[in-house]
Amino acid sequence: MSRELFKFKGGVHPPEHKAESNARPVRAAPLPKKLVIPLRQHIGSPAKPLVSVGDRVLKGQMIGEADGTISAAVHASSSGIVSAVDQQPVPHISGLPDLCISIETDGRDEWVEHRPLDYRALAPADLRIRLRDLGLAGLGGAVFPSAVKLDPGAAQHCPTLIINGGECEPWITCDDVLMRTRADEILQGVAIMRHLLGSTEILVGIEDNKPEAIAAMQAAAARMDFAAEIMVVPARYPGGGAKQMIQVLTGREVPSGKLSTDIGIQVFNVGTAYALARAVHHGEPLISRLVTVTGHVLRPQNFEVLIGTPMHALITLAGDRDGTTGVLMGGPMMGMPMPNLDVPVVKATNCILVQSAELFPPLPKALPCIRCTRCADACPAELQPQELFRFAKAGDFGRAQEYHLFDCIECGCCSYVCPSHIPLVDFYRYAKSEIWTREKDKRAADLARERHEFRQFRQEREKKEKAEKLAAKAQAKRAELAAAPDAGGAAPSEADAKKALIAAALARAQAKKAETAPKNTDHLPPGTQREIEEIEARRAKIRELARQPLESDEKP
Amino acid sequence: MLAAILVMAGIAVAIGLALGWSAIRFKVEGNPLAEKIDAILPQTQCGQCGFLGCRPYAEAIAKGEADINLCPPGGEEGVKKLADLLGVEPKPLDETHGAPKPKSVAFIDEQTCIGCTLCIQACPVDAISGAAKQMHTIIAAECTGCELCLPPCPVDCITMVPIAEDLPHWKWKHPVVMLKQVSGDSSA
Repeated sequence: MSRELFKFKGGVHPPEHKAESNARPVRAAPLPKKLVIPLRQHIGSPAKPLVSVGDRVLKGQMIGEADGTISAAVHASSSGIVSAVDQQPVPHISGLPDLCISIETDGRDEWVEHRPLDYRALAPADLRIRLRDLGLAGLGGAVFPSAVKLDPGAAQHCPTLIINGGECEPWITCDDVLMRTRADEILQGVAIMRHLLGSTEILVGIEDNKPEAIAAMQAAAARMDFAAEIMVVPARYPGGGAKQMIQVLTGREVPSGKLSTDIGIQVFNVGTAYALARAVHHGEPLISRLVTVTGHVLRPQNFEVLIGTPMHALITLAGDRDGTTGVLMGGPMMGMPMPNLDVPVVKATNCILVQSAELFPPLPKALPCIRCTRCADACPAELQPQELFRFAKAGDFGRAQEYHLFDCIECGCCSYVCPSHIPLVDFYRYAKSEIWTREKDKRAADLARERHEFRQFRQEREKKEKAEKLAAKAQAKRAELAAAPDAGGAAPSEADAKKALIAAALARAQAKKAETAPKNTDHLPPGTQREIEEIEARRAKIRELARQPLESDEKP
Repeated sequence: MLAAILVMAGIAVAIGLALGWSAIRFKVEGNPLAEKIDAILPQTQCGQCGFLGCRPYAEAIAKGEADINLCPPGGEEGVKKLADLLGVEPKPLDETHGAPKPKSVAFIDEQTCIGCTLCIQACPVDAISGAAKQMHTIIAAECTGCELCLPPCPVDCITMVPIAEDLPHWKWKHPVVMLKQVSGDSSA
């Protein structure tokens, strides 16, 4: 336990506001009448729908299958009838809709058949496919498909496994409460991760503002048959960021543009470990999670919520109050304002933070940057936020990239300390998304260029091949004709050769015509022959009739 | 005196040889300026500039035979990039070659298509699949939106569909620009 801890540079310590919600016990949110389950709940390709309108689905039934490597399945959170497979509002800052499956619940909450997995008996690759089909994705915020992260890759093992119980962001307490109440299952999940990754060192990082969680996890770790070190880290935002947690626990930094696995470290959130234990030991897919509902509500607390439950139902449950100015999904530092409250809870929803003017006074008007570099002191990624801001604002994205824009974790420390109240992170997000769009456009242009050049090459080739074929044919014919008259004696002149060529071509054409004449009219039995004649006679008559009025029209 | 002349002549010959050798050894294939211009052009291959595609236009710009403001799909931004590259003043887009339009892809109404293959022959990037007397379909991911398939279609079954903004295509907007607070007193 006397392991040395390290420090990460920068960071801030905003008021924690954890006590509001972590004192009340976890309550299960009631089953809503309608569940809306988005197919895009994780990073990567969205799931492909497997059900259609009118189908009856059971709780835990797969309703969208993983599409590609970086993807995860989605499941019905309760039993009922599929009422729609269409575009519905989703929890995204843009307010744009996305493909969702709506389920009218029947209240029976009937489970689909499910059984535990024997993870030690399964081959690791098979187990990962099962986990992908159980919809596991990181519950810390990024919702990266867990099955992909549980693949140690070519190295065959990942020496260090870090379980992140930092939960550094103010107001949020879902991980805290999870660790207090379900520590054993979290560590059972860790055992499965350890099995898949072949890790030898397991570090659980928990911030020191969660003493009950630390005690519960230590007690649970003592009961496990493997060594998991519960490490108490000083509370400082964003200490729960994966890179910061790695630095605090191991003293190592993830190099720019690399993954933590490149230095032999993998990080999972405690919620993911719990979901993994439920998936393996009970066969349950990821259909519910803990959500903190806090801020401007009467009873801030944590709920066990089915994925697809509308957010307004949770706020009503926690006791909505007058004077709400907005709702964030996530915490005050990195949370996203929700365009409306009909949007469902998804795998990424760790917190619903209801804002009011007293708790979250509107920011004063942004003033020009005075280049005080307080943001640079606060930046945990050791960037130069004031420079990044300057380049992003001017649209000089190349320079922004040179200043390592993509190492920005969007933690919001720079905006938090900015004396000019500039929404710095918004500028970085804007710059990142512009760069991605440009790269996408560039890839599309390169593809178009390649296809256009290939088309030109193909047309040239076809033209050449055609010309060659014709030349070869003419050559062969000429040789053939040259050989024939030689038997007669006289060598033919150029004009004669040409004439002969034409004659030969004519003969060929006639032969072909004779060949292709319809054969089914030859050698007919007399009955059929008679029928044909009758039909022909009728046709002649019709033609005659058709011509007559025409002629009479023309005469006058 | 003679020695000095010989030394200078010797140096001249040596340098000449070195230059001659490197001119052959490090010869640049193609026109590097045209390559750079081509990289900026949007590769729509629409021919609105009056050339037979983006590459010929790039070569014409590189030779100084064409102006930089003839490409409507590239828009003002494209003109600005070309001006930056070539070190000339950016100028407004030449409207006689068409106006910039929102990005679209072609769409074939499969009920009306008669399978004549004329659009397939017109497509500069082979983004239409189909065969004679078979229904044709646009490969949307590869369509550049050049509209070259519209005129040959004898039954007018091709329409241009603008690309709608959806979640995968959504981008963060430029944050609301800071406004300087102007009070009544200071403006007076």
